[in-house]
Amino acid sequence: MNGFPAAAKTALADAQLRRNLGKATTAIRVKRARAVGELEDWEALRDAGAAIKARAMATLPEQLERLEERVTRAGGVVHWARDGAEANAIVAGIARDHGASQVIKVKSLASDEIGLNEALALRGIEAVETDLAELIVQLGDDEQSHILVPAIHRNRAEIAALFERTIARGQTLGLEPRAIAEAARTHLRERFLSVPVAVSGANFGIAETGSIAVVESEGNGRMCTTLPRVLITLMGIEKVLPEWRDLEVMLQLLPRSSTAERMNPYTSIWTGVRPGDGPQEFHVVLLDAGRTDVLADEVGRQALHCIRCSACLNVCPVYSRTGGHAYESVYPGPIGAILTPQLEGLERAPTLPWASSLCGACYEVCPVKIDIPTVLVHLRSRVVREVKGRRSPERLAMDALGRVFRSRGSYERAQRMARVGNGPLGKMPGPLSGWTAMRELPEVPQQSFREWWVQRT
Amino acid sequence: MRVALFITCFNDTLFPGTGRASVALLERLGCAVEFPLDQTCCGQMHGNSGYEDAARPLAERFARVFGGSDVEAVVSPSASCVGFVRDHYGRMGVPFSGPPVYELSEFLVDVLGVEDVGASFPHRVTLHPTCHSLRALHVGDRPERLLRAVRGIDLVELGEREECCGFGGTFAVKNADTSMAMLGDKLGRVLDTRAEVCTAVDTSCLMHIGGGLARQRAGVRVMHMAEILAAQE
Repeated sequence: MNGFPAAAKTALADAQLRRNLGKATTAIRVKRARAVGELEDWEALRDAGAAIKARAMATLPEQLERLEERVTRAGGVVHWARDGAEANAIVAGIARDHGASQVIKVKSLASDEIGLNEALALRGIEAVETDLAELIVQLGDDEQSHILVPAIHRNRAEIAALFERTIARGQTLGLEPRAIAEAARTHLRERFLSVPVAVSGANFGIAETGSIAVVESEGNGRMCTTLPRVLITLMGIEKVLPEWRDLEVMLQLLPRSSTAERMNPYTSIWTGVRPGDGPQEFHVVLLDAGRTDVLADEVGRQALHCIRCSACLNVCPVYSRTGGHAYESVYPGPIGAILTPQLEGLERAPTLPWASSLCGACYEVCPVKIDIPTVLVHLRSRVVREVKGRRSPERLAMDALGRVFRSRGSYERAQRMARVGNGPLGKMPGPLSGWTAMRELPEVPQQSFREWWVQRT
Repeated sequence: MRVALFITCFNDTLFPGTGRASVALLERLGCAVEFPLDQTCCGQMHGNSGYEDAARPLAERFARVFGGSDVEAVVSPSASCVGFVRDHYGRMGVPFSGPPVYELSEFLVDVLGVEDVGASFPHRVTLHPTCHSLRALHVGDRPERLLRAVRGIDLVELGEREECCGFGGTFAVKNADTSMAMLGDKLGRVLDTRAEVCTAVDTSCLMHIGGGLARQRAGVRVMHMAEILAAQE
């Protein structure tokens, strides 16, 4: 990891990327505001969503055991994975049991988080992404840059050229979206009909019924969850919902927040195995991978409420300029800035909690009311305490400045020194801070407000 | 009405004109203004930067200085500092139980019940609604209502007005490149309005925007809203 400031600098220098991102995020931001504005009870829905997630997390062990029991009763098999390596081994083992050299995949962030594709490749199994954007990323040997639109950093011409190099060799696709999509469709249909094992993620796992819900807009996901003989669902443990009726709230919040649609196009919900209909073998892999550690942090744990809608990315003034790669994680944007350091460890991503101006736009749109700015500030405190240590130069400067403000005398002395460019107040924000690259610094006036006040009275 | 002015360390040291204008305005509207000289910094910069332990004594100091006062309200020309006192002190274990703390536009509209403050400012002006005024304090259109009532003013709307200017305290230096990309877009929109003055209710954002405008020699000034409301040109 290079850290956010350096990675952002690289991204900001890419003019094409800035144009692609600016156009895409602005369009989706406007559409979302319209879709949300249609509902009079949007705020009540957000409260309900937050309450459902809070309850699920507060009763997590109980909900997961309920889920396991119901899935098992419906003919499925539940596996528990402490970390990514365990989960990867479980998925690979099932695929191998069926002699599969390929698996088809529905878009799954959890699988990207744990590097499932790479782990399968090491065992000689090829994972084929079937979500169009994921396919684009996979074919380009690229990294995804958005939770919902992984290839948001690519435009139409770039994608057509990529397909002409890979799955549509020898063809000229042009810029017509239909022709470009057709190339992907032809490529994927063959896989859907021939590959015996599929891997899906889960938007929701319902404890009450043992059902799994996957929400997507292409229909490719449904092909994966219905056509192959064997279906493996990889689900982060925080995806559990206690009751079936909780879907009523979530399926309103999610599509309007993510794609600005009133209703999601393809919502697949299945429960275990049904003889003669759909996959005849069904596995759920419940993934922890740091999540129970996150639960231990009273302020930070709300990051686990995320339903991966990506509204916070689209409204974020930082994300919409740097794009997702600058976050160096499968979870970019504001939610990534609070999720990644907690899941992977603060020392692995210590700059992410600062990748925000704390403008608050993310909190305003979050469908489950995750107070991202508060969690960011909390994680900053934790990085300062747990990673930077007591003797970092920043700590010493902050302590010195803090002492200035602790008494009127030292504060007024520092004000006078600042006028001649000295002392803790005279060195803010500092000559090498990057401030003056584009901005003038104000001159320190000869009379402070308080001096004026004293003189006046 | 007796009020205490919470000037903020930033205005006190770097932008005393904002404080002088606030005093002139409040006195013109009949307030008896006090200025507790023991006030220093509310702790926002430390608190938001991860140095909550250094912010706590400053919050305690604020609570001592203003909490003991028998004024009817504490008024401040800084939305972000008021937001910090209101939203973060409790979380830091320093709940403030003194007189209510208001940002200037809140105080004028909600407490004094005025929108026309008797100002005159015959210039083309655009307002940057700052993030903390919008999303921490929820001041809504109060600053605009106050500005619209100013005689002679030509108030023009800023494009993508609610987007952050890129200041964000230490964000502006820790992520200087991203901050400047955000600022560049904000400056472009300010220039699009052809305004002579860009105003806001937070001086910190104005220092950032004004610093950018000055570098470009754009000929556009930045002024805190208090300075426009105090003006009688």
